[in-house]
Amino acid sequence: MGLAKRIIPCLDVTDGRVVKGVNFVALRDAGDPVEIARRYDEQGADELTFLDITASSDNRGLILHIIEEVAAQVFIPLTVGGGVRAVDDVRRLLNAGADKVGINTAAVINPQLVADASSRFGSQCIVVAIDAKQVSVAGEPLRWNVFTHGGRRDTGLDAVEWAKNMERMGAGEILLTSMDRDGTKIGFNLELTRAVADAVGIPVIASGGVGNLDHLVDGVHKGHADAVLAASIFHYGEYSVEQAKRYMAQHGIEVRL
Amino acid sequence: MGSIAVVDYSMGNLRSVAKALEHVAPDARIVVTSDAGEIAQADRVVFPGVGAMPECMRELEVRGLRQVLVEAAQSKPFLGICLGMQALFEFSEEGNVAGLGVLPGKVRLFPLEAMHDTQGQRLKVPHIGWNEVHQAVPHPLWNGIANGARFYFVHSYYVEAGNPELVAAFTHYPFAFACAVARNNIFAVQFHPEKSQAAGLKLLANFAAWNGRAS
Repeated sequence: MGLAKRIIPCLDVTDGRVVKGVNFVALRDAGDPVEIARRYDEQGADELTFLDITASSDNRGLILHIIEEVAAQVFIPLTVGGGVRAVDDVRRLLNAGADKVGINTAAVINPQLVADASSRFGSQCIVVAIDAKQVSVAGEPLRWNVFTHGGRRDTGLDAVEWAKNMERMGAGEILLTSMDRDGTKIGFNLELTRAVADAVGIPVIASGGVGNLDHLVDGVHKGHADAVLAASIFHYGEYSVEQAKRYMAQHGIEVRL
Repeated sequence: MGSIAVVDYSMGNLRSVAKALEHVAPDARIVVTSDAGEIAQADRVVFPGVGAMPECMRELEVRGLRQVLVEAAQSKPFLGICLGMQALFEFSEEGNVAGLGVLPGKVRLFPLEAMHDTQGQRLKVPHIGWNEVHQAVPHPLWNGIANGARFYFVHSYYVEAGNPELVAAFTHYPFAFACAVARNNIFAVQFHPEKSQAAGLKLLANFAAWNGRAS
């Protein structure tokens, strides 16, 4: 027995509340972040990811208070992303209690930020978040591009090449979200996940599209993901994290029970 | 229960370590400090750290903490965590720098050519996630912790102890490496007890109550 595959509930936070949307729109309130974090910890979550999707700069500081409060009560790793633009943002989040910081759009605008942050704080705490969307048309080999601004802007960058580039720049982990699948509940984009997971030597977290427990199993078996991330199946009580882990264990995946 | 100094040398998440200690040892006085005097006076010392080894040694130097750490590691219950474990050894391949040299051995990068499991699947580096900790020796810090319990790891370098008797536990990734070492009043772990939920909190509680003797 060795390293367990991780199950990571994701909390999208805006203005101090956890919300969940479909394809990055149509947000629905899912509750208080500290309360939800505690519940997932009790259920055996291996890690928690917070994505700050607060639009207004007035409420940007809220996430720091939330992380501080969670970190005082929940003793598992916390990853925080959203709005990270500078090495100072990384420092602030780490000081608030985050263990890892996700960098997304800022990595595209300034890849050097990933190098600077990882050389200052260590690769292990720098997660590069990639939002990818299929751009190949029927009949073509599959191809995905990196999108920013909540999936609205095509950067023209190939997602697999970008992941390799970010690994070279010092990323410790890739959080890979399929924009085509996010919120759809039809399962991970397994071709995308596998293409990226097989291309890099750092762990890949699969995200976007989980609607049932088989999707989590597929993410590991067929997508070769090192960790699987899901939001709505946990938020609305369809499944507990513990149920998800037991199901994965029954399907031959090593998990922490 | 006395005081526990958490050494602050601006390498990573000290707040988590302090919070976890406050949680398990509400009667102890937890001080996060970079003051050599405070470290010297504390009853127990926790030496945490995440990040890169060259930066770590530089920060210790700048703050003038080398000597007080070496002394603490020889005299009172001392817990090294992650980079704080690695820094206790003589040498690290990360940046090819000398460590504090309190313990014999060196710190090595996971060798890429060896990183695959028995089915030939590639193993990723950093080693991130929950892995099994197999206790090699009985020790007060293992009290109430199941042999093989999972702890949270996040690292790319591992300790190769110069003396096999130092090894208090090992983990497989894919070969067995020393994930915990112990000698007299020193206990040091590669994993993060402050992020390892119940098992990790138990280890920290054991440390807060430890008299610094190996048995």
